[in-house]
Amino acid sequence: MEIIAKRPEALTKEPFHYCPGCMHGVAHRLIAEAIDENGLINQIAGVAPVGCAVFAYKYFNCDMAEAAHGRAPAVATGIKRARPDMHIFTYQGDGDLAAIGTAEIVHSANRGEKISVFFVNNAIYGMTGGQMAPTTLPNMKTTTSPYGRNVDDIGYPIRMCELLATLVAPYYIERVSLLSPADIIRAKKAVNKAIRYNKENRGFTFIEFISTCPTNWGYEPEQARQWAKENMLPFFKLGVYRDKGEGVE
Amino acid sequence: MSKILMKGNEAIAEAAIRSGCRLYFAYPITPQSELIEYMAKMMPKVKGTFIQAESEVAAINMVYGAAGSGKRVMTSSSSPGISLKMEGLSYIAGAELPCVVVNVQRGGPGLGDIQPAQGDYFQATKGGGHGDYRLIVLAPSSVQEFADMASEAFDLADKYRNPVMILADGMLGQMMEPVEFKPAKTDAELQELANQHLSWCICPNEDGAKKHHHEINSLELDPQVLEQHVLGLLKKYAEIQKNEIRYETYNISDENEVLCVAWGTASRVVKSAINEVQKQGKSVGLIRPIRVWPYPYEAIKQVIGKNVKKVYVFELNSGQMVEDVKIAVEGKVPVDFWGKVGGVVFTPAEIKEKLEECF
Repeated sequence: MEIIAKRPEALTKEPFHYCPGCMHGVAHRLIAEAIDENGLINQIAGVAPVGCAVFAYKYFNCDMAEAAHGRAPAVATGIKRARPDMHIFTYQGDGDLAAIGTAEIVHSANRGEKISVFFVNNAIYGMTGGQMAPTTLPNMKTTTSPYGRNVDDIGYPIRMCELLATLVAPYYIERVSLLSPADIIRAKKAVNKAIRYNKENRGFTFIEFISTCPTNWGYEPEQARQWAKENMLPFFKLGVYRDKGEGVE
Repeated sequence: MSKILMKGNEAIAEAAIRSGCRLYFAYPITPQSELIEYMAKMMPKVKGTFIQAESEVAAINMVYGAAGSGKRVMTSSSSPGISLKMEGLSYIAGAELPCVVVNVQRGGPGLGDIQPAQGDYFQATKGGGHGDYRLIVLAPSSVQEFADMASEAFDLADKYRNPVMILADGMLGQMMEPVEFKPAKTDAELQELANQHLSWCICPNEDGAKKHHHEINSLELDPQVLEQHVLGLLKKYAEIQKNEIRYETYNISDENEVLCVAWGTASRVVKSAINEVQKQGKSVGLIRPIRVWPYPYEAIKQVIGKNVKKVYVFELNSGQMVEDVKIAVEGKVPVDFWGKVGGVVFTPAEIKEKLEECF
């Protein structure tokens, strides 16, 4: 019998702890497949965030560091500078990366650190139970915006790809979605490219995944994906914001 | 090698490089600016890494990453910046990573001023960050000692896989004194250092070797497992307390009627005052903790068992180390404290007057 699909070598045998319908598992798998396909399993290390993916250090089958909340890009900087022959990625959620860790992501991007950042945006804090994120949409209800996000009071969601694309140094910035099989195939190509650029030490690479949180949004998984397509994609436009390898500046 | 006249801030930077430190991450702050500037100038010359981080918080987390990669790494700052590093230090201690942090203390609290002070004693020796952990804390009192502590600090950090703080102050940082450096590590020694942590740190997987999965981590949600981890830390700290106490005795004899305890810059002033009162036939001794954690409780206990009528503690703060002295003295003789706050340094004449009042 021919094996046509199997667990990537870059994932450990540890079962994921994620909720039913969560897309973190898909994002993990895409990164792991890209590590395998680029032959980087022995030279790569990752940095896990604080948030739902806090246990990512158990799942990726390479050396991993667990960072304090928001600090993953600084930790990745330290690792990459200490071990320039290795290839380093971070995996972060929206609260981690776009709220408490805003300084670290902006400045690691601005230095053009030769790392890959994988950013999962589901517009909510999942692990702590559904609080407002920096990417929570206007009027969206969360446990800390119970009347809906009031943009006059707390401002608008932050678009990280657009923000980072104002900087000169970043090499590759793309926003992809995990909301349909076709989107996931496109996301896989982007992740692969980021890991390839990382392997070639081209510069700072950043992939944002538009994702869902069925548990804290209070939707069935399919409903959640539909809601995200209708509400998140108009605000967070998919596409390539920078790709120096392809001449997109 | 001959002696060079140098500021403490530059001397510690030079000594760190000679000790094999090739990674340094920091943020500018007075009165430690000469340190970051020296590193900016010298690191490229030794193919090292210097990054001026976007914040103290980022700097200490870069240290976390580099230390987790098993390399000698240092950061430095002054009091307000050290407060910002406390989150990272708690994680570094929890994950058992070796690194060196220099605090060139200034007056506080808050933004305070930029004059020498010793107000961060509690923060350095009792915690500062969250959770049950300890830093090994070295307290220099001269530029030479400041420099000598670099290699000592890295060796201790590597030996115990624990963060080590060098707790200096603005006086030692800014003052110029003659200093003699130890020879720089040879390439062979640097290679040895580079390989010492490969069994646990972030490093490439050797071709053909069994695939490793090293985790640099302080998280453990199962309380029973975390309990075991912390008990392991406590065992390590007990070992450090057994092996690593260092102190200097000055003019200690069976005739001492007053025992002074002082550390760092304050101890230099106290020594001058002791020399003066000694001329009047008054016997005063000094114990100077060279490391303030682990603390030399036993050394103090032994001296007060003799002829000592009173213990006098002098610090450039409102009375912090004096609490450790009281623990050592156990109420057997009175313990007095006198200090200056806000970055004001006391004079030998002021200390002399305080000592004369004891007789």
